Amino acid sequence: MSTSTGGRHTSAFDVRLIIALLLGVYGAVLTIMGAGFTSDDDLAKADNVNINLWAGIAMLVAAVLFVAWAKIRPLVIPAAETTEEPAAGDTTETS
Amino acid sequence: MVLAQANLRLDANAIDYLLLAFYFTLVLGIGYLAKRQVSTSLDFFLSGRSLPAWVTGLAFISANLGAIEVMGMSANGAQYGMPTAHYFWVGAIPAMLFLGIVMMPFYYGSKVRSVPEFMLRRFGKPAHLVNGISFATAQILIAGANLFLLAKIVNVLLGWPIWLAIILAAVVVLTYTALGGLSAAIYNEVLQFFVIVAALVPLTIVGLVKVGGWQGLVDKIGLAPGSQPDVNSWPGTNITGFGSPFWSVVGLVFGLGFVLSFGYWTTNFVEVQRAMASKSMSAARRTPIIGAFPKMFVPFIVIIPGMIAAVTVTELMGANRTALVGDKSAPSGATFNDALLLLMRDLLPNGMLGVALAGLLASFMAGMAANLSSFNTVFSYDIWQSYIKKDRPDDYYLKLGRWVTAGGTILAIGTAFIASTYANLMDYLQQLFSFFNAPLFATFILGMFWKRMTATAGWTGLVSGTLAAVGVFLLSETGAIDLPGQGASFVGAGAAFVVDIVVSVAVTYATAPKPEAQLVGLVYSLTPKETRQHSTTGEDAGWYRNPALLAGIVLAITIILNIIF
Repeated sequence: MSTSTGGRHTSAFDVRLIIALLLGVYGAVLTIMGAGFTSDDDLAKADNVNINLWAGIAMLVAAVLFVAWAKIRPLVIPAAETTEEPAAGDTTETS
Repeated sequence: MVLAQANLRLDANAIDYLLLAFYFTLVLGIGYLAKRQVSTSLDFFLSGRSLPAWVTGLAFISANLGAIEVMGMSANGAQYGMPTAHYFWVGAIPAMLFLGIVMMPFYYGSKVRSVPEFMLRRFGKPAHLVNGISFATAQILIAGANLFLLAKIVNVLLGWPIWLAIILAAVVVLTYTALGGLSAAIYNEVLQFFVIVAALVPLTIVGLVKVGGWQGLVDKIGLAPGSQPDVNSWPGTNITGFGSPFWSVVGLVFGLGFVLSFGYWTTNFVEVQRAMASKSMSAARRTPIIGAFPKMFVPFIVIIPGMIAAVTVTELMGANRTALVGDKSAPSGATFNDALLLLMRDLLPNGMLGVALAGLLASFMAGMAANLSSFNTVFSYDIWQSYIKKDRPDDYYLKLGRWVTAGGTILAIGTAFIASTYANLMDYLQQLFSFFNAPLFATFILGMFWKRMTATAGWTGLVSGTLAAVGVFLLSETGAIDLPGQGASFVGAGAAFVVDIVVSVAVTYATAPKPEAQLVGLVYSLTPKETRQHSTTGEDAGWYRNPALLAGIVLAITIILNIIF
């Protein structure tokens, strides 16, 4: 059942898109809350900073950035025999 | 933990619960998706060594950004102020850089699957078994403590009964770690990192606006009467308990900075496992260094909220503070551990509150998942496969890993109930770290750089170092030496380190060394230069992927931060 060198499976999912999904949904909910549904009491709590709105917008921006990153540098599906790190001796970097 | 006495119930509404539920859906979804990638035991225990460096780097610090970090460091911030940042800038950062630059080539290059396995290759079976068992035991104890803290938070904030919260949280963590193994744990740690940042950054900003910015905070602290948190990080006499600023600095640099932190970050398999899961030597070396970038700035979102809480939350001010600093319970019933929660209660509106809740719960779950995923690796590879059932097909160990995860969870539920009987949980855990990590670090450093060091020296050094730390702990408990603050664990770590070195050297000269041929790849001087290096082509090309350069940048920023604060 387990062939040890079956090659790397393609990554079934990209964690960047999941992060974008989470931040996107949170951002959308918070922005709507901030724009219309945050009571004056809640506003006063935070010293009249509409933190829902601002945090919401920031999260939306972050979500867009993650999607952009995932689009610009999509996951590379490694070649079948990338089981071990190739022992490339071509470096000059010292430790 | 006397959380329950203060009124911490947050008035979460439907929106907050909805945001929380969405987070849990994603967490379980990640477990399910990660399962599709798991077909061998290496996939399960080390993510098939396939993850990119930014993922493992964030997981590296997230695994540590658990209950102790978030709650404990903000509590420290409320009590001591900026000196708490030493845990990050003097403690964690240099050690993380050292791990990436110096030690990772041995870990990753020798292809060991765990830190105890490195002990096996370098020092043979006795040291391996000692380290494997003590590590597995410590992980279960810590997982239980994380689970208990998680349940306690749920209980206090949302009013669910403790036992229900413990079991529910255990089931969620078990589900995703047993399904997806280390990948699921790591991906969730990355997700958790962003939730925590999304929760704490707005909290810090609102808090700072409320007190009138950093200057406002400094002024408020200056005006308030009595012992207040310190706004400068050096010399940090209040945190070490040393009267003299000079010895305080020495204690910080040697005890915390060198022994405790290097010991923790470089030999703690919970952390190192994240780097071992990365896809190449270069990525493995970059893991702790990339982690160091956000780690530098974590103090600002955990310590500063703690300090803000100290001057704005009524439960922690005035007479309450005087009582708490004097080690007595405050009239309000709050403790410094509650600082972050109280601040959230005071400042965040519904909506942000849900995000903050998700962030807190996420951090506790991630801590426990990290304990579990390293426990099952060490138990399966280093105890079961090495000493109980050898030479079974890989499939057997993959299945075993899932069962061990389940078993570990059940044990953790047990230790969670034990943990619930301790009043001073965090100090107890910090002590455990100093027992196990300081001697381990001494043995590692000697073993890596001194080829003569013998197998017997390996395990005798470990055992005697641990005994020395326990000795210091007992002396300070019985009052024979008096060090308030966190000085006792700094001294204990120092003692463990010194005793370990002395015993190891003495034993080495009395016993025969291992043949050099067996030490290639494990000892610095016997490892050919090429195998210590990594490729700089293809996916590892570019100056921004050069570990040494990245480390230099981190170091420079850290020094600047130390000067400013």
